[in-house]
Amino acid sequence: MDIKAISPDQVVILQWGPISLNATIVFTWAVMGLLVLVSWLVTRRLSSDVQFSRWQNLLEILVKGMQDQIRAISHQETGIYLPFAGTLFLFIAVCNLLSIVPGYTPPTASLSTTAALAICVFVAVPLYGILNRGLSGYLRQYIRPTVFMLPFNIMGELSRTLALAVRLFGNMMSGAKIGAILLAIAPLLFPIIMHALGLLTGLIQAYIFAVLAMVYIASATRAQQEREQKQEKEQEEKGEKSHG
Amino acid sequence: MDSITLIGMASVVTAGLTVAIGSIGPSLGEGRSVAQALSSIAQQPDETNNITRTLFVGLAMIESTAIYCFVVAMILIFANPFWDHVITK
Repeated sequence: MDIKAISPDQVVILQWGPISLNATIVFTWAVMGLLVLVSWLVTRRLSSDVQFSRWQNLLEILVKGMQDQIRAISHQETGIYLPFAGTLFLFIAVCNLLSIVPGYTPPTASLSTTAALAICVFVAVPLYGILNRGLSGYLRQYIRPTVFMLPFNIMGELSRTLALAVRLFGNMMSGAKIGAILLAIAPLLFPIIMHALGLLTGLIQAYIFAVLAMVYIASATRAQQEREQKQEKEQEEKGEKSHG
Repeated sequence: MDSITLIGMASVVTAGLTVAIGSIGPSLGEGRSVAQALSSIAQQPDETNNITRTLFVGLAMIESTAIYCFVVAMILIFANPFWDHVITK
């Protein structure tokens, strides 16, 4: 990415009639292919023995870590959340970390990629909410605590999607941009330092994106859980009274 | 002054001001939240994981305002629609 282009959308690799192939599409597919290939190669020979390959160990650590995080955030079983939140984290993390490869610009530095990811979250939150609480139960949380909160709740839903997209885009774009600017001003050592910092930011941003998606999903599915807990507690108290 | 000079000047000055002023609030907020989180961790080291995760989410929320300013500044400098309009005319 040179200093003039604000996103990898403007870096056209192949122009074929009206169809142009820009860097975002190419690198997105490269990342997806890499993820699928590595997962396929590793899971081809899984072993439940004490002896297993390093790659299996890596994947197990990743999946276990994500499960722990999801469980800590949502206080629920991870079953249906892991595929979504885990995919978001893995995709964004690999996108951002691959920026150490020369000639690669992270697809997450383009607003179209991050907007697509944010829209995935925007669609997934009601889906999980309805799956967990039923349609009426999900819709009822919009008019909580009063009906007057309805427009604000809807606005909040939209604005947090926008914030999710712009946050990731801004962070990744600034990393690539600062690298390009420093390359023009002080090309010897400073770009490397900023790049190392960019790797850290990239991983943190991937983590934050996945965690925020999970927080939104958890908030859409949580009220049910809380009600059940309250009922259980009341029943316990009744039991204690009757015993005492 | 013709319009090219005016638009260029306004864009550059506004971009600088946007980042300068826009980063004051978030940096103060982030400083406060990190200080609070550190003292909480010092008081309750067992809750480090919880506090750190919440801190990161909160920092991301606070930081997004600064990121908005940065994006606006970048658009003003590198993808200014008014500038492009004047140049193509």
